[in-house]
Amino acid sequence: MKKQDLIMVGVGGQGIVLASDILSDVAMAAGYDVKKTDTLGMAQRGGSVVSHVRIADKVWSPLIQEGDVDMLVAFEKLEAARWSYFLNPKGVAIVNNQTTPPLSVSLGITRYPPDKDIEAILQRTAGKYYLIDGIRQVKELGDIRALNLFMLGCVSSLLPIDVKVWQDYITRRLPSKILNLNMVAFEKGREEMSRAGVR
Amino acid sequence: MKKLLSGNEAFALGAYHAGVVVATAYPGTPSTEILESIAEFDEVYAEWSTNEKVAMEVGMGAAQAGVRALVSMKQVGLNVASDPFMAASITGINGGMVVIVADDPGVFSTQNEQDTRHYAKLAKVPMLEPSDSQEAHDLMEVAFEISEKYDTPVLVRSSTRISHSKSVVDTESSRPKKLKSAAFKHDVEKYVMLPVHVRLRRPVVEERLVQLTAFCETYPGNQIIKGEKKLGIISSGVAYQHAREAFPKASFLKLGMTYPLPKKLIRDFASRVDKVFVVEELDPFLEDNIRAMGINVMGKEFIPRIGELNPGIVAEAAHRAGLLPEPSRPRATMRPGLPGRPPVLCSGCPHAGIFFVLNTIGQRSKVLDARGKSAEQGKLIITGDIGCYTLATYPPLRAMDTTACMGAGIGQAIGMEKAGVDAKVVAVIGDSTFLHSGITGVVDAVYDKSGITIIILDNGTTAMTGQQDHPGTGVSVKGEQTEKVVLEDVVKGCGVDDVKVVDAFDIKAIRAAVRTSLDNPQLSVIIVRGNCSVRAKRGAGQRAVDMEKCDDCEICLRIGCPAIQKLGDKVYIDVTLCAGDACTICQQLCPKKAIGPVSAGGSK
Repeated sequence: MKKQDLIMVGVGGQGIVLASDILSDVAMAAGYDVKKTDTLGMAQRGGSVVSHVRIADKVWSPLIQEGDVDMLVAFEKLEAARWSYFLNPKGVAIVNNQTTPPLSVSLGITRYPPDKDIEAILQRTAGKYYLIDGIRQVKELGDIRALNLFMLGCVSSLLPIDVKVWQDYITRRLPSKILNLNMVAFEKGREEMSRAGVR
Repeated sequence: MKKLLSGNEAFALGAYHAGVVVATAYPGTPSTEILESIAEFDEVYAEWSTNEKVAMEVGMGAAQAGVRALVSMKQVGLNVASDPFMAASITGINGGMVVIVADDPGVFSTQNEQDTRHYAKLAKVPMLEPSDSQEAHDLMEVAFEISEKYDTPVLVRSSTRISHSKSVVDTESSRPKKLKSAAFKHDVEKYVMLPVHVRLRRPVVEERLVQLTAFCETYPGNQIIKGEKKLGIISSGVAYQHAREAFPKASFLKLGMTYPLPKKLIRDFASRVDKVFVVEELDPFLEDNIRAMGINVMGKEFIPRIGELNPGIVAEAAHRAGLLPEPSRPRATMRPGLPGRPPVLCSGCPHAGIFFVLNTIGQRSKVLDARGKSAEQGKLIITGDIGCYTLATYPPLRAMDTTACMGAGIGQAIGMEKAGVDAKVVAVIGDSTFLHSGITGVVDAVYDKSGITIIILDNGTTAMTGQQDHPGTGVSVKGEQTEKVVLEDVVKGCGVDDVKVVDAFDIKAIRAAVRTSLDNPQLSVIIVRGNCSVRAKRGAGQRAVDMEKCDDCEICLRIGCPAIQKLGDKVYIDVTLCAGDACTICQQLCPKKAIGPVSAGGSK
């Protein structure tokens, strides 16, 4: 496999660290060398979160350099725009269509960029991007906490790792109480990407 | 067996395999998970110590009693623990003593960016640095062996990208079935540091350093990786990984032991390559020491001294140094102009109410300009401390004037008052920070007749590092019930007469307590008590804004609650974030009574 450098970004509390943990373990189970690191702010929730995941035959640095990312997985739109400069010109962005205004927007100090501005930024930085309605779909499933498995379903459609490795790992990792819901979310993510033309 | 482990998990597993008996720490990013991970092993005694100094002393005692002890902390923790660290160096230990200290290049979660490596030189102790999780695991056994053989504490230096990166660890190791049992050998000349005994120990310490210098020449963790002759890289820690990626063809001297340095090996390596480039994060520690050997190297004139490195930064520096061709495209940088998303106090945070009150009583939003400056002194000076509550510095709460180091706020408040400022001085400190370093400040305030107000924010946990227990919670790191240290009893026991305890979610009670304390010319303490919302189970009764009653006054937005949002001209509460009945601060503050439970008809 060609090396795969991914960053997962979003707002603290969205389950990004767990999502990147699962992706890393799956890649290791598939036989690759993996390094992953999270960049968290000083508090528990609410700040911008970035997780680097590197998958290759041999990985050196745990940090991906700016302009080298193959896949940007964004749980929130503003964070997608913020971190899109990490993408390489052929990189792919998967962006969950969710708007979470930072405090400075709520206070009227700054303005949340309109969708057309965010899409313009993605058009410039990404080789291809998918704007997907993940948050709506997991709300329909009844638990927004399944968003990370939905997003991983999307990611799995684009990575050359057998879906069985994913399913086996998720089955082992998640408590049985929440397994079904999350597996459905994972499949929904795969369907979403297949509708967008990814096979 | 192969596992994907963070550096911190790998340190813990390695120490467990090395037969550690006692492990101590105080939580501090990025070191916290070392103790949390080792506490999971039943065979290891693990404790959250009151602070890093105590952690170091408990570790020193355990080692002097003959067992292996592990002490872990973040880099500024070693400032607190430096006294016993220096003491353990001069007395030496008996069983192995390893001290893991995690630096924070790039300052993700610290009050400064200091480089711990200088402490190894200051304390004359050996220092090891892993460059990934496998090495973090494997070097623990080595570190304990060095510690025991040379009768010295060993410093293991980590950093954010070692401690908080996961990489593959392959291990077949297991813990020895039989460990040395504790037995203290009386030896006053070694352990009682009267000046006359210190004079006996000093030559021992110097001789130890000579022996360690000889040892490190053949230490297998210092390793030459042959590559092209025209460029040799000397590096250690995570910087080595960045450099390996940036220079795929160069020769490398990878240093696993960075104090003392293997001088012969370095000379040998330098003589085999045309140019030597030292790649290290933060200070020119290796570079200065190598230059002092008379070897001409390149380094910090190209590699940044400030912040974290990555392969791109190293490659860019190498290009400026003429060692690599220009990168195919310039390193991209963040687009300016997008609204930032700094961390904020959580929804349902028990700190929000008290800071809202301090903001309004101190008229802080009027006094301070956009950057938090004011030429004129306001009527309230608020000295702060280390914890989530430092975030109350930012708008909209703007209720903090200083943050220096653990516990400093109380002393700073006394100093400002004694200097004669014409304003009431309030010191704000969290429960865990208070127990860590605040008590001595209270004793000083009592003894030296201070009239400040001390506010202790008791959220029942060490929150910012991820909900660790502390003496005030009455629960150990192993989850066992233990004796609880009651904050109001401590404060009263120190001799404070005016002590109030208020509910963190009762705005009226907080306001009344703050007013009466500020009016009291004597020393006063307010304990604001309420559970950390991250720790609390999510309850019912989420709030919503009734748009018909709301007149858009925005008072609720001044709490800084992330659940209360405004897009366009509509204020709304995100029910997925709202803490509900456990909080209700916004409802108490709304002058139009427009906020109520979702079920009571408030619209979303």
